[in-house]
Parts: sequence; structure tokens; C-alpha cells
Amino acid sequence: MISYLAKRLLQALLVLLGVMTLVFFLLHLSGDPTQLLLPMDASAEERAAFRLRMGFNDPLPVQYLRFAYDVITGNLGFSYRHSEPAVYMVLDHLPATFQLTGSALLIATCLAVPIGVIAAVKRGSALDSIAMGFALLGQAMPVYWLGLMLILLFSVQLQWLPSGGRSGLETLILPAITLAVFSMARIARLTRSGMLDVLSQDYIRTARAVGIRTRTVIFKFGLRNAAIPLVTVIGLEFGVLLGGAVITETIFAWPGVGRLAVDSIFARDYPVVQAVVLVLASIFVLINITIDVLYTYMDPRIREGGGVK
Amino acid sequence: MSSSASSMPASSGFLAWYRKSALRRILRRSSGAIGLSILFVMIAMAVLAPVLAPHDPNAQSLLMRLKPPAFAGGTWKHILGTDHLGRDLLSRVMYGARISLFIGFTTSLIACVIGTIVGIVAGFYPGMIRSVLMRIVDVFLAIPYILFAVAVVGALGAGITNLILVLACTRWVQFARIVYGQTLSVREKEYVEAARVRGNSQLRILAAHILPNVSTPVIVVMTLEFAFMIIMESALTFLGLGVSPSTPTWGWMLAEGKDYMSIAWWLSVVPGVAIVATVLGINLFGDALRDTLDPRLKL
Repeated sequence: MISYLAKRLLQALLVLLGVMTLVFFLLHLSGDPTQLLLPMDASAEERAAFRLRMGFNDPLPVQYLRFAYDVITGNLGFSYRHSEPAVYMVLDHLPATFQLTGSALLIATCLAVPIGVIAAVKRGSALDSIAMGFALLGQAMPVYWLGLMLILLFSVQLQWLPSGGRSGLETLILPAITLAVFSMARIARLTRSGMLDVLSQDYIRTARAVGIRTRTVIFKFGLRNAAIPLVTVIGLEFGVLLGGAVITETIFAWPGVGRLAVDSIFARDYPVVQAVVLVLASIFVLINITIDVLYTYMDPRIREGGGVK
Repeated sequence: MSSSASSMPASSGFLAWYRKSALRRILRRSSGAIGLSILFVMIAMAVLAPVLAPHDPNAQSLLMRLKPPAFAGGTWKHILGTDHLGRDLLSRVMYGARISLFIGFTTSLIACVIGTIVGIVAGFYPGMIRSVLMRIVDVFLAIPYILFAVAVVGALGAGITNLILVLACTRWVQFARIVYGQTLSVREKEYVEAARVRGNSQLRILAAHILPNVSTPVIVVMTLEFAFMIIMESALTFLGLGVSPSTPTWGWMLAEGKDYMSIAWWLSVVPGVAIVATVLGINLFGDALRDTLDPRLKL
């Protein structure tokens, strides 16, 4: 177990190193990094001075090592728009994003898992068709359009809920639902197919034949076994939602890291964009490790075998 | 089956082909029939937009601003209504289909080619090559793709070419991951071993034995990604990071309509319905395709 964890951690470090390299590469892709790191109206002299100060005239490998050193020591650049370290700005905006994605994941899981179980148990019924129809529709709907439609209905027409901002629970409802729908559709479909797989197993038939109550069979023998892959999916979904929050936050003026990234791009405040990518990717990698460990913990078959996949 | 086939006139080559084809099996599923019909309508709309569109999609008219659709009290001259500049919404939706389908198809195709090559090579050559390629895949999987797309477009600037590059570069890993897994299982098969013993070159084994056997999941993932790319394109364009506003696109129509939400709901509804219908059509078709080609496939 320990050696497995160590191996996973090492892999994660490699991935983060890769992400860092990619971000470094992006900065130099446009040819002149000062174009991204300085305001548009910076003069040629300012650019030259900045280039010299930041060492952009040095050979690329030297620059890369310096960039790596900065990132590892937590120096993710400086936002000239707000004159503060970019990493602080990202950390300031993280709680809002976590609140939004956490709520969305909670809504999605609490609704989608029961829906998926019911659809599987009542396979082929009208209930099943309706649930899966909605799941298909939910997957076909762009997140931002669903957001617009909810604003149109609940903020503009009915005037029940505010269309944006972050002040109390009522501003959280619409963005959380918007973000939840896509995951809900996926989780419901996967719960259904997972349950169908498990329910067709021999031990379920045996349990039924022996006369164990249907409810016990479904939840204790069925869902418990179907839940193992679901944990992975729901965990991964958290990462997907962190990314999806970029669009939802922009529409609902939710002050999270996604909106910060989009705002910073339009303000050409590239260090902040860079910091958001690095921080979110690190969180994402951490989540993946946690899921893997959880997975091995939940499924004794893998624990014995000593590895996933 | 054979008796009915022999009674067919020899000239009906298409019918004979159709009887045996996967297309027939796809169309026999309701999801396949509905999906393919929607897709067909969308493609027809896109290709024939210059003929079918009742108006020039960019023609403005001050007198005809913000007219509601015909079924909501508007005129039949503008069936789906007009926007804040008096441009005909139906014509703009038709022209918008061109961009969405074009970008969706090219990006998923590029992602498919890159991802399949990487996946096959990584699956076929163990050791150093595999480790390096799969670590690169891990890196791309670790970055939230929307954020990555936003960051790249931010660094390179907006525009169709950059958009296509960005979308293809963020999603090729979806193909690589699946092709890699398939290649791993296929390369252990006896027919691959037999081909090797017969002295076939590695390239030939890859092209003639491995590639055909990983193609089913690739085709299915391609349909899913096609739909996904349409959503991504419209989302990035909506944010102002995609196709230039001078081109009629569904994403930008929604971005413009957002400001008129309280007085002209149709501006926010119509382009969205077009996106949902297209994506739904492709997904339905993809589901039917998967069930027809390989029901055991889980994607």
C-alpha cells in the first residue's frame, strides 16, 4: 500500500512537472513573452527593460530552470493589474469556486444516484425512458445556455432569484443547478448501467431466490457494488466541474477562479491566468490521487492486488 | 434472406449494399433514425444556407429591430424574429450551422488523428516511448480543458484557426487513452503474433492488423467528440474567445442576445435550441452507432 502510494505521488509530481512545462511553453509560443506579461500600451523601452530584468534574453533552458524554480517556490508571477502576487489572487478566489463546485456536485450526486438506481430497477418502464431522455437532453445542453435559460426564467420573468453576484444562499442556487446538470446526466447514466451490470450477477439472483427482501438486495448487494466505480466517476466529475465553473462563473458573475481567469485574459493580465492553470491542475492531480487511494480502500480485490488498472 | 436478395434486380446496387450495411441496423434503432435525421437536416441547412436563407444574415434594418418570431406575434417575413440590429434570426441560425459543423468536424478529426497515432504507438511499443507518451497524456488529462483552451486562446489570440488548434490540442487525449487500451489488448492476439511470425514489417502490422481492430471505439468517440466540440466552440465564442463576431455563429448570437434578455427572449432561446438539437442528434446517432458496432463498448 505504502509503495503504491509513493508510486502514485511520484507519478503526480511528474504530471505537475509536465503541466508546468506546458505553461512555460505557452508563454513563449507567441514569440515575445513581454506581450503577454506587460500591458498592451507598454513602450518599447519598457519592454526592453522588462525583458532584461526578467532575463527573457537568456537561452531558453536557463529561462526554463528559472521558471521552474519560481513555480516550485510558489512564485507564480505578479499581477500588474492589481499589483499583488498572482498566487494570492488565485487563493483569494478559490473558496468561492469550491463552494460552487461542491454544491453542484452535491446536488448532482443526490439527485442522479437515486434516479439511476430507479431507472435500472424499473428498466424499460416509462420512468426509465423519461429519466434517460432527460439525461440525454442534459448532456446535449451547453452549460452556459442552461444558465441563460435559468436566468431568463427565474430572474427576468419570475423575478424569484438574482441573476448574479455572490451574497448568501439565493445567489448560489442558479449557478449551482446550472453546473450540476451536466454531471447529473452523466452520473445518472453511469449509475443506471452500473446497477444493471450488478443486478444481472449470479449472487443477486441467488439472494433473490433465497428470499431476501428486494430492498435489501437492491441497496445492500446492488448499490454497494455498483458504488465502487461510481466513486471514481464522481471524484473525476469534481475536476470536470472545476473546469466547467469557468463558464458558469462568468455568466453568473460568481467571483471564483474561473471568472478571474477569463477577466484576466481580457485585461491581458497573463500571470494570473498562468497561476490559475497551475493551481487548478495541482488540485485536480491531488483529487485523482485521493480517488485512487479511496478506490483501493473500498475494493478489497484491488487492495490485495496492489494496484489499479 | 438470400432468396429475397437474389430476386432483386441486379441494377439495385445501392439497395443490396444497404441491406447488409451497418447503416440499416443503425436506422432500425429509433435513436439512430432520429439522430441521423436531425444531423441530416442540420447538414442540409449548413450546406444550402446561401439558397435556403430567406435573408442576408448580415443585412441590418433599423425598422425591423427586435421583432418576435412569427408564432409569438411577429411577421412571417422573419419566421424566427430579428435581433437588435434587425438581422433575420433564421438566416443567422442557418449560417451559424456552417461554422459549428465545420469546426466540430475538423477539430474532432484532427484530435482523432493525433490521438489515434499516439495511442497506437504507445500501445505497440513498450518501454521508453510508451512511458513518455503516456505521461504526456496524463499531463493533458490533468489540465481542466476549458481553462486550458481559455489560456491558450488568451496567449495566441482569438480566431478560427487558433480555435481549431486549441480544441484539437485539448481533446486528442480522449482518443489516445482509448486507442492505447485497445491496442494493448489487440497486440496480444494470435493473429498479430501470426503476422509477426510471417515476417510482416511493424508498420504493416500496425496498419493492417492493429488499426482496423481499434477503429470501432475510435468512430464512436469521434461522434461524441464531434458533439462536444460544437459545445466548446460555441462556449468559447460566447465568451468572446472564439470565432470573430463578424461571422454569424450560434455562440456569439447568444452572447449578443444576453443583453436583450428582458425584452427579447427569442434571441437567447433560438440559437440555444439549434445547439441542443444538433448535439442531441449527434449523440443519439453516436449511441446507436455504438450499440450497432459493439454493444459491449463502454464509453
